Amino acid sequence: MNGSDVMVLTGRHLLHFRRSPGRFIGIAMNPLVMLLAMGYLFRRSIVVPGSGDYVDFLMAGVAAQVGLASVGPAAIGVSADLREGIVDRFRTMPVAQASVLLGRTVADLLLSAVALLVVTTVGLMLGWRPHTGAWSVIVGFGLLLGFLYAMEWFGVVLGLLLREAETIDSIGALVLVLLSFLSSAFLSIQGLPEWIRPIAAWNPVSVVVSACRLLWGSPAAPTPGLPGQYPLAAAWATVVLLLVVFVPLASHLYRRAAER
Amino acid sequence: MTGGRATSPIVRADGLRKRHGDVVALDGVSLELDAGSVLGLLGPNGAGKTTTVRILSTLIRADSGHAEVAGFDVARQPREVRRRIGMVGQYAALDGLLTGRENLVLLGRLLHLGRAGARTRAGELLDRFGLRDAADRPVRTYSGGMRRRLDLAASLLAHPPVLFLDEPTTGLDPVSRAELWVVIEELVADGVGVLLTTQYLEEADRLANQVVVIDHGQVIAGGSPESLKRGVRTSRLEITVARADALTDACDALTRVSGTKPDVDVVAGSISVFLQDSLDQLSAIAQALQAAGVEVADLAVHRPTLEDVFIELTAPHRAPVTTDAVGGPR
Ligand SMILES: Nc1ncnc2c1ncn2[C@@H]1O[C@H](COP(=O)(O)OP(=O)(O)O)[C@@H](O)[C@H]1O
Ligand SMILES: [Mg+2]
Repeated sequence: MNGSDVMVLTGRHLLHFRRSPGRFIGIAMNPLVMLLAMGYLFRRSIVVPGSGDYVDFLMAGVAAQVGLASVGPAAIGVSADLREGIVDRFRTMPVAQASVLLGRTVADLLLSAVALLVVTTVGLMLGWRPHTGAWSVIVGFGLLLGFLYAMEWFGVVLGLLLREAETIDSIGALVLVLLSFLSSAFLSIQGLPEWIRPIAAWNPVSVVVSACRLLWGSPAAPTPGLPGQYPLAAAWATVVLLLVVFVPLASHLYRRAAER
Repeated sequence: MTGGRATSPIVRADGLRKRHGDVVALDGVSLELDAGSVLGLLGPNGAGKTTTVRILSTLIRADSGHAEVAGFDVARQPREVRRRIGMVGQYAALDGLLTGRENLVLLGRLLHLGRAGARTRAGELLDRFGLRDAADRPVRTYSGGMRRRLDLAASLLAHPPVLFLDEPTTGLDPVSRAELWVVIEELVADGVGVLLTTQYLEEADRLANQVVVIDHGQVIAGGSPESLKRGVRTSRLEITVARADALTDACDALTRVSGTKPDVDVVAGSISVFLQDSLDQLSAIAQALQAAGVEVADLAVHRPTLEDVFIELTAPHRAPVTTDAVGGPR
């Protein structure tokens, strides 16, 4: 692996984004719609137990949703690469395979980070404010970036498993809806049917969202179980665990896919 | 060089085997390519050409067998091999969203030519391959021929001593094909070793110093195009009669002279016989025809083509071929 190779390959994807900005809309739109619908249109009809302002509650959930919305586009990107054949060219060149996947995921992360910035700005306009020190706020965003990066790798895995753009689209949408609604992103877990609550509590989205709420001093809904007891440790452990699972899995699948 | 003989081949494969599930793609393929020469890997669809090239270019691993490029083992030292090869696959390995120039600069930088070096080299190659006007258009908008040229340019960025070309002219128009042939000849003159797969006999005949014919994953013949042609069949004499009603007379006369029944094409009014020792037999045939009172409109000797060789070699593996089809390359 080689740092300058990674940068060159990242540059390639950034050029792609400039040529086809649709990817960005795909990532930013869902969280933005959620933010505007729930944070502006329905803000008066939603009451979260033990909390004050709904926008303050919602912000962390919407921010994490940027990660979920990144999964589909990342998957489409890697599957398109395999079809294009340029991957074969890289593989006949002295370029490490790790550089190829790192270049892709770093570029995807940059794109998602811009989406996160847009969502955060809109949140600020709707009245979201952190209530803690600058350091805590930064750590919260750092945690979100870690989560976004894990989701890029999840996307790569999904893309390598599914291959077809149509399949990826529908599975990506399913991931987005399921993982965001079976979590504390928008509503309190206590409002879910009892048997689902443990699943929702361990959902990485809930874990990351709870930690962000804590770090930003936002109102939080009570979370059952261990993640509720150690929100910060649980959040970092979740991000690390996701990366430890998805990075090697993606590399393995990539090698296998390219060899066909 | 690693101290080998000056004449040691730059690509050497020995007993390559590869299966994809139940399909045996390669069943013991061996070949050698010398620097500054062209090896034509000839075979019908599904023969195993692409599989061979993909193994030699480190894209896939053989199940067994051994292959070396420039003295490096393709399975154990893929990075060393990759530094020394250029590869043009059956389908263009380019980024369709980027322009031609961006593709070359990207790849040049990955080959560590440096930012400026990559730009310069990209410009050179775009000029050389007549892509200057299209250089700043997305590759997506290129024609098949332009893509193929850019693909070749991309594989030449780092001046590799070995070039693999997998059916480089399939799907190209005759002009583009001829242009590509010229480029390949220039590269060979510069000392590059080219392994070229093709289904076109004409192409192998024109470019290759050595030919390896494969079918069903096995080498069924090898040698220079000339020796292959010599080994398989003698020349063929084609006689066209002036009047159709003389066809039977001519046929009888020829049967008497050559001792075998000639192939008759009733529609064209022509007969063809294989010649063993051309000259004597030729005059005997002419005399026999004259004696039978047959008026000859045209008389032509056809040298064997690689196509004859190919059909003859692959025929036993295929559905039975009629004698008419064997005798009549078009
Ligand atoms: N990835 C693959 N999976 C299954 N079969 C394959 C695969 N690649 C090639 N084959 C089979 O291996 C044989 C050789 O294929 P190939 O090397 O592509 O032939 P050629 O390039 O000469 O047309 C064919 O029968 C083909 O169907
Ligand atoms: Mg092929």
